[in-house]
Amino acid sequence: MLNIPCPYCGPRDETEFHYGACANIFYPEPASATDEEWSKFVFIRENPKGWHAERWVHSAGCRRWFNVWRNTITHEFGPTYKPFTEQPKRPA
Amino acid sequence: MATTTRRRTVELPEHPDFLWTARVTPKKVYDVIIIGGGGHGLSTAYYLAKNHGITNIAVLEKGWLAGGNMARNTTVIRSNYLWDESAGIYEHSLKLWENLEEEVGYEMFFSQRGVMSLAHSVSDLRAKARNYHANKINDIDSEWLTPEQVKEIAPIVNINPDVRYPVLGATYQPRGGIAKHDWVAWGYAKAAADMGVDIIQGCEVTGFDIREGKVHGVKTNLGPIAAQKVGMVAAGHSSVLANLAGFDIPIQSRPLQALVSELLEQVHNTVIMSGMVHVYVSQAHKGELVMGAGTDAFNSYAQRGGFHVIEHQLAAAIELFPIFERAHLLRTWGGIVDISPDASPIIGRTPVDNLFINTGWGTGGFKATPASGWTMAHTIATGEPHELNAAFNLERFVTGHLIDEHGAAGVAH
Amino acid sequence: MSNVTFKFDGVDYVGQAGDSLATALLRNGVLHFTDSTYRDRPRGIMSLWVDEPNALVNVDSGAGEPMVPATTVEITEGLVARSLAGIGDLPDTRDISRYDRAYRHADVLVVGAGLAGLTEAKKYADKGKTVIIMDDQPEVGGHAKQCGEVIPPELLASLTLENVTHLQRTTVIGTYDQGYAVAVERRTDHVSSKVSTDVARIRTWHVRAKHTVLATGAFQRPLVFANNDRPGIMLSHAAATYVERGVSKFKTAVVVTVDNQGYTDAIRLHKSGVRVLAIVDIRKKLSKASIKLARKPAEKLGIRILKGATALDTNGNLDGILSSVVVTDPKSGLNETISTDLLAISGGWTPTVHLATYIGIKPTWSNKRAAFIVRSKVKSISAVGMLAGDFVELEPAVYFGTELDETQALVAFVDHQRDATLRDLRRAVGAGMVSIEHVKRYTAIGTAHDQGKTSGTLTMGLIGNLVGLALDEIGSLTFRPPYIAVPFAALAGRERGLHTEPIRTTSIHPWHIAAGAPMEDVGQWKRPWFFPKPGEDLHAAVLRECRAARNGVAVMDASTLGKIDIQGKDAGEFLDQIYTNMFSTLKVGMSRYGLMCGVDGMVFDDGVTTRLGENHWLMTTTTGGAAKVMDWLEEWLQTEWPHLEVFCTSVTEQIATVAIVGPKSRDLLAMLSPGLDVSKEGFAFMENKYADVAGIPARIARISFSGELAYEINVSAWYGLELWNKVMELGAPLDVTPYGTESLHVLRAEKGFVIVGQETDGTQTPDDLGMDWIVSKKKDFIGKRSFSRSDTSRPDRHQLVGLLPDTSAFVIPEGSYFAEEQHKGATPPIPHIGYVTSSYFSGELNRSFAMALVHNGRARIGDRVAIGNETAVITEPIFVDKENVRRDG
Repeated sequence: MLNIPCPYCGPRDETEFHYGACANIFYPEPASATDEEWSKFVFIRENPKGWHAERWVHSAGCRRWFNVWRNTITHEFGPTYKPFTEQPKRPA
Repeated sequence: MATTTRRRTVELPEHPDFLWTARVTPKKVYDVIIIGGGGHGLSTAYYLAKNHGITNIAVLEKGWLAGGNMARNTTVIRSNYLWDESAGIYEHSLKLWENLEEEVGYEMFFSQRGVMSLAHSVSDLRAKARNYHANKINDIDSEWLTPEQVKEIAPIVNINPDVRYPVLGATYQPRGGIAKHDWVAWGYAKAAADMGVDIIQGCEVTGFDIREGKVHGVKTNLGPIAAQKVGMVAAGHSSVLANLAGFDIPIQSRPLQALVSELLEQVHNTVIMSGMVHVYVSQAHKGELVMGAGTDAFNSYAQRGGFHVIEHQLAAAIELFPIFERAHLLRTWGGIVDISPDASPIIGRTPVDNLFINTGWGTGGFKATPASGWTMAHTIATGEPHELNAAFNLERFVTGHLIDEHGAAGVAH
Repeated sequence: MSNVTFKFDGVDYVGQAGDSLATALLRNGVLHFTDSTYRDRPRGIMSLWVDEPNALVNVDSGAGEPMVPATTVEITEGLVARSLAGIGDLPDTRDISRYDRAYRHADVLVVGAGLAGLTEAKKYADKGKTVIIMDDQPEVGGHAKQCGEVIPPELLASLTLENVTHLQRTTVIGTYDQGYAVAVERRTDHVSSKVSTDVARIRTWHVRAKHTVLATGAFQRPLVFANNDRPGIMLSHAAATYVERGVSKFKTAVVVTVDNQGYTDAIRLHKSGVRVLAIVDIRKKLSKASIKLARKPAEKLGIRILKGATALDTNGNLDGILSSVVVTDPKSGLNETISTDLLAISGGWTPTVHLATYIGIKPTWSNKRAAFIVRSKVKSISAVGMLAGDFVELEPAVYFGTELDETQALVAFVDHQRDATLRDLRRAVGAGMVSIEHVKRYTAIGTAHDQGKTSGTLTMGLIGNLVGLALDEIGSLTFRPPYIAVPFAALAGRERGLHTEPIRTTSIHPWHIAAGAPMEDVGQWKRPWFFPKPGEDLHAAVLRECRAARNGVAVMDASTLGKIDIQGKDAGEFLDQIYTNMFSTLKVGMSRYGLMCGVDGMVFDDGVTTRLGENHWLMTTTTGGAAKVMDWLEEWLQTEWPHLEVFCTSVTEQIATVAIVGPKSRDLLAMLSPGLDVSKEGFAFMENKYADVAGIPARIARISFSGELAYEINVSAWYGLELWNKVMELGAPLDVTPYGTESLHVLRAEKGFVIVGQETDGTQTPDDLGMDWIVSKKKDFIGKRSFSRSDTSRPDRHQLVGLLPDTSAFVIPEGSYFAEEQHKGATPPIPHIGYVTSSYFSGELNRSFAMALVHNGRARIGDRVAIGNETAVITEPIFVDKENVRRDG
């Protein structure tokens, strides 16, 4: 049971959240996107072994989305950042 | 001292004195390199040798042979998927299973004890009915069961209508069943090794030798190894490898947990899955209950998940099977499953010439072990997909021709 | 000491209160406990606690438990237990015990209340931290207490501080990310042998601690030699403890040891009156400290010490119980058989590393301690005591067993529960198994009930010898939660029966129940399926309900549909992106049906959305899709279009919706809301009006899912039942007929209206459903781009059509697949061209009909298909009132 650091509410149990896969998804202009670019948006998500910038939404709490660095090997959390703010550097 | 009758268990078969050579130094060049020494990688090597006469193969396993998902598996075997493409490959797999122990010459405790999928609501019945009819028209063995018939086959199921989500019916594939995962891997490994395949453990691929869009070999912690063709068959690390080779795949890696109980008297004689009550259970020959459910919700390479996932499936299990109340949770474990957007595998070519990929089996890869290897071997040997894996290509994510098995995958095993 | 009577294997015994079952049986001289699982070898009690491999019992009294170590069962009056040979029972009777869960936050969780754990607990408690200290034994003090040491009173005193929670008989079974631990507390089994239904028998604790201290101690491990598994062979610490407790069965003892622990235990045995015939110490040379601490005190007591020797083999009596031990020293030529009752083995201490390994801390091998110990590099976890290697003064030899030949190896047991021997290990290595994990799977070592608590390090050490690798090169075994076996029901806690998932009901639910309507589970909701009159089955009820809807007036509870209040100056623009059709142009007070697609272009939800004001909308969704749609809206607003000023609020449960349907619904509405202009001109299709209905403030929408004249009356959920009652009362002269989800399905299907989740499975575009009319050509919307992908724009995709079976009474089973007409009656496999999504008998048409998705369907109107032995003709997907005039009434 992960303890997820919601930047709005503080750390809360994983069951209060929904997972949103990787952060920084580029939503291309649909009209001008090629099939490949569109497919990338619809289906390709990063899946790194190690530090992963990802999205969560606090469904059973503030219901707000945020981004956070999390290590997919150790499950350790790094810094959070709200949508449309600068991504902090990848933790060491 | 009073004597007492004590329950006895089944004898375990003794394994051969020799399976494969423990420490193999890789050669400098092979015809084919298979990255990943799990069930699918080993069966790929086996069928390359057996069906295509290609034996100058190295199977590179970064850990110990079949130590990934194959080593921690709930082993459900069935072929009653929804779409024709899926039914095709899983049914071919089941037919291979039916002869596998004999062909490979290894005891696998393959047991066709049936796989049942319970329905608990009107819409659940509707979805299962469609799956049932799809199977029937494709001549895949499928039976439609009323709750009473469920009870006849599996007396320990609770068909009481007063529970939260009562059993309203079920589909049943009599030819489905289970097998002992480690021994399946060892059977394939031994047979492949006997045909001349090099199985190299402790060998991790750290990069690819790609020139002008074509692969010429791999870089490993044991040095570079050249090959004409390379197949990536490493569940749990598909994205890592793909990224090393310079392309993206629509895969997410998630923890999948499962559990066993202690050895208990045989009370459960088939495999039962429930999507809605969210658990599936079988009982192995020795007597342990083998149980699992769905993945944890987030990406992970840690091979472990949260305890609440275990608690929920235990609660689900004893609602469906009250007799399990006293059974003990003995051990939990976790693996890394590679899930794809349509819950269907990806077997075929990649943007790099002569580099092939096999991934995306998610939580249901064990049953496909034979056919996955069969079709992957064909694809590598000929450079073209077999008709059974032609639809499971990377291109489908661009064209939109997905093969969505989320429903049939149910609680996904 | 009070006496306790209990039954074991059908025989009555008397033990002392506080005894474990193992202690009590030893007190009664029971040495031969059971026979081994695979080789039927007599086995006896070997250890003191959860590491006991042989003495497993099935407890039949109380709640009953299929497999528990007798060393952990505390005897109570009336306890009934049976020995096992590796398989437990699963009785068919229900376990009616009560189980529950507790959740706690703490600054510090201390696992283990031995000296090390107690010291840490006091340290943190004195600093004012909230401390939870859990220990799995019946009594505080752990190893030290067992050896008879006195626990410093100040340590005990801190356990009663206000900021300390102290639990005994509580085993931490798992450690997880970010300081999460799960523990299992046994609360009643030691009190009484009766079933506990009012007090929780077992409580599962969930703890989130900022810091975790692991003070889990260590277990002794045995040694490997021939016939090392006889009853009468025990771990030395356990043997000494049993004897100190008053077990008088053993008159003589031989101690075989690799460390100073053997001497400690030999002296304990001696002090309790056992004649220690010899201490067999594999270590020839000892440090000065060890000579002083261990050897000298033993020599002073006259105990014979055989230096550099070890056990090779044992002999047994006719029952297989230990009678003598063969001691050898190959170097000196010593080969002596010593008759003895007890053979006490000290093979070294194995720290209990499990909890550390669960969260990824790798134990390190220490040659000085001949053990894997835990040194935590993780800030939030600390390891203390024996776990951290606090026993270096015992000076153990790195030694696991004697050199054995083939015959001897066959009876040299490594894992007693699997009857796995040294011969099995040799075979495994010879077969090519390189990893300890391979060996485990090849030999089954470590996979039984004790999960390798005694066999683990032993196995690694022996493999190391066989393959020529040092233990730090082999690495430690993978351990997995739970640390001990826990009953399923205990972990399920109160998540039982109707509590396994919430039940959602509308405010009108009591009426449906009183009316005897069978309920259907739609997600977590309960919805009335049909309202049978006495003697009616589903078929008859549905015919009557639908007849009422098409000819009179019928009423339905539509409150479960998802409702989302959407406000903001950009709401219209937002809805234009969410839906495939235009909403920003919708007039205030009007409703419009909309379709939603995912980014992949596939329909995933639909519903009617109403414009309540300039910047105010009410969206409805499917019952099952409400939460998903709500999340969808927020995801786009927050993560893609934050510049849009839009606010969404779920109001599904705040509003009750009652639909009155049928040609007479206008009359009924007039009765419910006198003064409201209900004329065709005054209240247009898809229009909304505010009025009091049955005296309740309401918003009425003239929406129809049945194709009939219909009104959906929306009121505050508090008044849902009152509204319904009034509808039934005033509608009585019109024979107002309640209808459920089955009739709902039939009525809309007669009109060809899709139900998301029935006509769709996530792979249909709007065009597939024949709904190109709802796809705006003017604007982009979420998912539109996907339509132009090559497969998505194929003209011959599966398309929604109607089917009319040639046998008009034949209702095609829903989900049926069908083929070209020529395949009628053919044997599968048959190439199919589509499947049936909805299929009913229509009272209105007095015949069966169906909706189906057919390959290239729209181009095949008029063609026939074969379903088994039947055929059907492909039609447009609309069956009743094709001109859509009935909705105006």
